[in-house]
Amino acid sequence: MSWAIATHDLRRTFRKDTVRKWWKRRRGLPRDSGETVALDGVDLAVRPGELFGLLGPNGAGKTTVLKILATLLLPTSGRAEVDGIDVAVDARRVRERINMVSGGEHSGFGILTVRETIWMFAQFYGVPTKVVHERCDRMMEILGLTADANTKISKLSTGMRQKMNIIRGFVTDPKILFLDEPTLGLDVAVAREVRAFVAEWMREHPERTIILTTHYMAEADEMCDRIAIIDRGKVLACDTPAQLKHDLAPDCLYRIEIPLWSEGDNPLAELAAVRSVAMEHRDDRGRTQMRVILEDENGIAAVTERLSQRGVAALSVTRQEPTLEDAFLNLVGHGLSNGNGAEQAGA
Amino acid sequence: MMEIATDRRKALATNLRAIWGRAYVRVVGANREPSWIFFEVLLPLLAAFAFALVYRALGAPEQYIGFVIVSGAMVAFWQNILWAMAAQFYWEKEMGNLELYLIAPVSRMAILLGMAIGGLFMTATRAIAVLVIGSWVFNVQYAVTDWLTLFAVFWATMGAIYGLGMMASSLFMLFGRQAWHTANLFQEPVYFVTGFYFPVRSLGGVVAMGASIIPLTLGLDAIRQLIFAGSPVNPLFSVRVELALLVAATVILNWLALKGLHYMETLGKKTGRLTLKAQ
Repeated sequence: MSWAIATHDLRRTFRKDTVRKWWKRRRGLPRDSGETVALDGVDLAVRPGELFGLLGPNGAGKTTVLKILATLLLPTSGRAEVDGIDVAVDARRVRERINMVSGGEHSGFGILTVRETIWMFAQFYGVPTKVVHERCDRMMEILGLTADANTKISKLSTGMRQKMNIIRGFVTDPKILFLDEPTLGLDVAVAREVRAFVAEWMREHPERTIILTTHYMAEADEMCDRIAIIDRGKVLACDTPAQLKHDLAPDCLYRIEIPLWSEGDNPLAELAAVRSVAMEHRDDRGRTQMRVILEDENGIAAVTERLSQRGVAALSVTRQEPTLEDAFLNLVGHGLSNGNGAEQAGA
Repeated sequence: MMEIATDRRKALATNLRAIWGRAYVRVVGANREPSWIFFEVLLPLLAAFAFALVYRALGAPEQYIGFVIVSGAMVAFWQNILWAMAAQFYWEKEMGNLELYLIAPVSRMAILLGMAIGGLFMTATRAIAVLVIGSWVFNVQYAVTDWLTLFAVFWATMGAIYGLGMMASSLFMLFGRQAWHTANLFQEPVYFVTGFYFPVRSLGGVVAMGASIIPLTLGLDAIRQLIFAGSPVNPLFSVRVELALLVAATVILNWLALKGLHYMETLGKKTGRLTLKAQ
């Protein structure tokens, strides 16, 4: 079978600058040295026609994978292939087949209009002007950008700009498209429009492939055919969202609400029955919510007993169907930072 | 065989479209923000006028005023190369455009050529303004005897200095601000040794020979010999020799630019310096 994307033991390290600045030499300070391991043996295989997700926290290595596949970075070791072509050997042929859109992108020139910007970037792919305008008009209509087609991009809001970037990526009709956190920083409505556009494009082009990186669980769950969960440069799991959730036994997930826990430790620390705990403190309500994953369904008794020993009243105990976030928490051992004051804690 | 020919035709078409696409930004910019007329045309006139007035005050031979006016026109092209082409990849990296260029199936030289061609409108306007206005104000007399050779020298100079600019752009692409500061550092010394302000031979044979490594030195010297024919101009080499050297420089520098861009890009991909950390 030919894969759209295949990586084999992909590794990438970044060296720190080892040249000592002259003022450090004079003061006898140590040389800056060391390496950062961004990817540590990543094996991926993406089928043609898949919308494949890379899900992980900041610094997990998602963007590094994309940059290697997009021929912006060379792997330190291992191999990466796009449409059967080694990215390190024949980058030009890879580039004919791909495009990339990143979240928070500020590419382009402020003096050009939306239409001109999309046209300009399409010229680098050799797309004839007439074809560009036809595709552009259709996509702008879908994304609600038609009224701003002749607006200079310096005047666009963040959401409008990202819609333009999305069109820039799709207008070249790439065989494989890389979307690096495409809804980053967008409000809910715009993010939803972008996701709907991407999903519709995949339905219309079932032979095309999209690799999507995100740290939004709901986005990955909603959009992706399969997801690879990546953390600290390693792929921890790779499967459909349903299977990832199913693998986390549904009997083992509980949500427990207790009075606001102000002590620094985890009340369920070192309890053998508990696989992992995430705590979320709701100061406004005077409550702490714990999401507890047990080793098995009988563990709940041990949990309530420990809480009782610590003098903590369990205000509510609810068994839950696992979400993708729960599966992630179970695999990674910590959640993604989400701005809600959620704490991460392992058992 | 047919496939290779088709591939090459497709690559050529893509590169031609890329040249036009990138040139379009500069062309549009010139029309939409006319403030460049003041900053790029009127202000540079003052620099050329200042030198001309100094020479007149010193009682220098009249052809020195002509030299300065011609140099003032050529400075426009040199600055276009240094700041609007060579340094451009650094700015494009900061803007986030560079990585989009790099993932596209297009030659980097096509994009640079697009920048150069797009900038030619503003640059040529500036050069012509300095030449025409400067010549009229200071009553400079020209005596061109060989227009064909003058045309050839001009375009050979352009080919060579644009090749130099493309080579420099590979350094800017990778080393960014450090290369920018270096270019800043060498701007005035380059003006000095290439004979912008006076015939380069005045610096002595050894310095003049060394300065001839910069194509602009040879180009300016040849142009002066051709447009002030009959006036003593203290040339470095004969026009024929300088033209031959410029043609050779065009070929060599553009070849080096091609290799340099490829090498720097590969180095950048190994070290991870081609894109912004935040991206």
